[in-house]
Amino acid sequence: MAKKKIRVGFPADVKEIEVAVPDGDSPPWDLDTKLAVAGTDVERLDGPEKASGRARYAYDVNLPRLCHAVVLRSPHAAAVVDSIDLSPAEKTKGVVAAVGVASGARLRYQGEEVAAVAAETEAIARDALAKIAVVYRPAEFVTDKDRARREGAPLVFPEMGTNVREAGPQGRDAEKLEEALRAADVVLDSTYRTQVQTHVCLETHGCVARWEGKGDEERLTIWASTQATNAWRSAFARRYRLGDRVRVLTPYMGGGFGSKFGPRTFEMWCVELARKAGRPVKLLADRKGEHLANGNRPDSVQRFRGGVTKDGKIAAVAIETYGTGGVSGGAGATNPAFYEVPVFSKTHSDVFTNAGPACAMRAPGWPQGVFAWDSFVDELAAAIGMDPLEFRRKNDPDPVRNAQYDIAAKEIGWDRREADGAGRGPVVRGFGIGNTQWFQAGGGSWKVVTKIHPDGTVEVRNSAQDIGTGTRTVLAIAAAEELGLRPDRIRVALGDTRDPDGPGSGGSQTAPSLFPAARNSAANARRAFLEAIASKMDANPDGLKLEDGFVLDTASGKQLAFAEACALLPEEGITEVGRRYDNYDGYKNTVAGTQFAEVEVDRETGQIRVVKVVAVQDCGQVIDRLTAESQVMGAVVGGLSYALFEDRLLDDRFGRMVNPDMLFYKIAGPVDMPEIVPILFDVANGKNNAGMMGLGEPPAIPTAAAIANAASNALGVRLRELPLTPDRVLAAIEAAEKGGGR
Amino acid sequence: MNRFEYVKPRSLDETCDLLKKGGTAKAGGIDLLDRMKEGISKPERLVGLASGQPEGARIVVDGEGATIGALATLAAVAADRRLAKFYPALVAAAGEAATPQVRNRATVGGNLLQEPRCWYYRLNDFDCLRKTGKNCPALHGRNRYHAILGYGPCPIVAPSNLAPALVALGATAEIAGGPSPRPVEGLYAPPDDTKRFFTLAPGEVVTAVALGPVGENAYVEVRHKRSFDWALASAAVARRAGKGWRIVLGAVAPGPWRAKEAEAALGDGVPDAAAIAKAADLAVKGAKPLSENAYKVKLARVAVTRALTEAAGGR
Repeated sequence: MAKKKIRVGFPADVKEIEVAVPDGDSPPWDLDTKLAVAGTDVERLDGPEKASGRARYAYDVNLPRLCHAVVLRSPHAAAVVDSIDLSPAEKTKGVVAAVGVASGARLRYQGEEVAAVAAETEAIARDALAKIAVVYRPAEFVTDKDRARREGAPLVFPEMGTNVREAGPQGRDAEKLEEALRAADVVLDSTYRTQVQTHVCLETHGCVARWEGKGDEERLTIWASTQATNAWRSAFARRYRLGDRVRVLTPYMGGGFGSKFGPRTFEMWCVELARKAGRPVKLLADRKGEHLANGNRPDSVQRFRGGVTKDGKIAAVAIETYGTGGVSGGAGATNPAFYEVPVFSKTHSDVFTNAGPACAMRAPGWPQGVFAWDSFVDELAAAIGMDPLEFRRKNDPDPVRNAQYDIAAKEIGWDRREADGAGRGPVVRGFGIGNTQWFQAGGGSWKVVTKIHPDGTVEVRNSAQDIGTGTRTVLAIAAAEELGLRPDRIRVALGDTRDPDGPGSGGSQTAPSLFPAARNSAANARRAFLEAIASKMDANPDGLKLEDGFVLDTASGKQLAFAEACALLPEEGITEVGRRYDNYDGYKNTVAGTQFAEVEVDRETGQIRVVKVVAVQDCGQVIDRLTAESQVMGAVVGGLSYALFEDRLLDDRFGRMVNPDMLFYKIAGPVDMPEIVPILFDVANGKNNAGMMGLGEPPAIPTAAAIANAASNALGVRLRELPLTPDRVLAAIEAAEKGGGR
Repeated sequence: MNRFEYVKPRSLDETCDLLKKGGTAKAGGIDLLDRMKEGISKPERLVGLASGQPEGARIVVDGEGATIGALATLAAVAADRRLAKFYPALVAAAGEAATPQVRNRATVGGNLLQEPRCWYYRLNDFDCLRKTGKNCPALHGRNRYHAILGYGPCPIVAPSNLAPALVALGATAEIAGGPSPRPVEGLYAPPDDTKRFFTLAPGEVVTAVALGPVGENAYVEVRHKRSFDWALASAAVARRAGKGWRIVLGAVAPGPWRAKEAEAALGDGVPDAAAIAKAADLAVKGAKPLSENAYKVKLARVAVTRALTEAAGGR
């Protein structure tokens, strides 16, 4: 353990802090560190593989004697399976195995798994599926969350006795709140609504499973589309008591966004079908199944009551929210503490309905919560006649975000913003702000392996997966920085559970959890490498440096190309492990971001066109500027799609979804894209040896708020419900014209 | 998807013969394959249209008009400069449809004769009047994309982008295996007929659409997304010497919807803003929106206003 002083923060807010660096951890990077590779633009190492179609996803895995499976899903929102007979399917020629729920099973939503069949071909499996004899006893159901809250509504879980689960209240007591509201100059009461959004991963959920061997030799290999290889391995090791004889492979992954952690029922069935059949089986969900059953972002109703003083300080805010995650809970909207709110209270209730289960989705709870929060902040500012940017500066204590406001305002041209509704003509222009925050410095005690081979190749290995976020490239940069090499010289092997454990890719933790460990493993490999070749170069290992692809002897000035030096290694090469140590206190625990949107709204048609989004984002030390900027852009694309288009539509009379496809479940396309300007705001964070913070989620949070605020500014009419469809925009204009309030 | 036979006829006669015997015509397959995958349509025999009509994709434009082969792709129509000169409404309608990938595959005939996109009809999770049901779930259900004008018991909307433009332009359909030519608007079954979407008899196939000389014309489409979306409402307008204006609405009725009262009010001159406003009001007169689609009345009105304004030389 060595004490070390480091300088952290950003030029306008520098702090000197002392950190205790454990033995084995690399010296922490700070504001004074000079880096060769980290922070530059590095092209994605797997870009050519992906663009050329050579990258193999679970869907692409084809094995000798592979069988194909399909799933039978419940057509009912609620039903009991009175009886189920798989035998007509099992007897069908070409069918190798079938599985299903037991008689008496209770089904709680359309799309819930009922059975699965594996056969020689997908067509045979589909035909056989239709022969399964299921007698459903349909039950009363409720898919509308407001109906579900009422007394006497059908119960999703009868044993609960209610469809509503209250979360514990947060914040101050009621008396203090009412007192603070009475003291405020203006009090507003606004209710915001958001929709259910599904993940729509381009690669649907699923896997390929293969069993080999018998008895104690029995081994299971699964190629899975997952963001948590290790969770899959332990789930199946437990289920089948296989110990370490399970191997999960996810070399490439086509999108998860939070929906692909543990295996789902039909994925468990795929493995079971393969076991029963004694042949490998592939099962990937179809698009309808994906929409219905494989996760979603819950909807929300968020009532905000808040007071503000004439000089522009928020006095008090009380928030009441509810929402439905279908048959799962977790429908809370996160209304984060961006702003100084002296008196705050919050209550929330989850409403259970007969619809597919919600699960984590890129910043779970945040985009909906921030849409409401930043909309309300704009309403408070408007109520006292203050510019929403000035209002935020008065109430936002974050030094990073305050610096970001200047950058974003300049880049978007905030001075072009006119008063709400000031534009003339059918198409009017508006500007709006949404803010974001996140808190991920990584963690765990993960290990990463670095190998240097005599043929000059360098390998970095961990069993975590790259879910498309650039982990592979980021880890190559760790080794490149420590070994004085170009990143494209490093081979990074991910997504194979034979390698050391890694984290599930959730909470934006993969890069900040693994990069510091990769740095340590590469640093250990460097020391071992120099030790090994020093005698052969007649040099003192302490005088050897690795730089620009050469080994440099600082004593003699002699140079040797890295590959030539590798040839001096013993046959087994160098294999070194580095681990992740605990986080330091650092500069601060959160990262900040702000997004400014410019939109055009057609007042006659209600169409919104997003012209430009400026996204200023802090993620601590930037590792790969190019990948990080891409990640911000991708987040803005998703946020725009959420703001304007995506909506899971159910027909409550039938308890069924009417748009389980990619036509009427609308997703933003190329022509809907605005100019997106990602601006990474560099902060030396100091919380880990790289000073880096997770980036996957924060930029996905504020886009909808920024767009809604911009559209509301353009119209002079507040839009309080997502998605911002033409009919809603027109209805809001009409209500305002009739004098229907703010 | 059901098992099916795929036949490539060697001539147009053979094509008609196969269709008469119960075959299902396949051009680009965009609409048909979607229905087959969902199990809404289960044809036993598909008859490929291309093999029997080697010239079926030709586009001929001359001083008298144009003939567009029914197998011409939307991309070909959208990119045709001669068509753009005389029939900007048609070229705009073709270019607005779907995506570049779909437009490269989808044909003029297929676009006209695609089945409605009503989700209750398209999904095997629901029954409806067009299937075995006795009720229409859309009338009192999720109907934000359904009809506001001229619907009977089934408030579908014709999804074709080309239909409003072609009807406004006074196009006729050339048909093999039956009486020909026929007006394009005559291809759509009347709104109270829930047994069929189109009037073509078994064995009939649209081989081309023919256009005569037309004056000013324009097409305006309002949609939710700018990429790959269906119109929420559209309007095609065209003026023909001595015959006056045609105003045709899309995505609001079971077929392309002629706004005849509005047409009559316009006369045959170039309208000013007041005349355009009056025509737009008349075009949506009598609209009966459903529970979720009153906004479409406004959109249809705006589409008519903008199309007429564009055709009349304004912006």
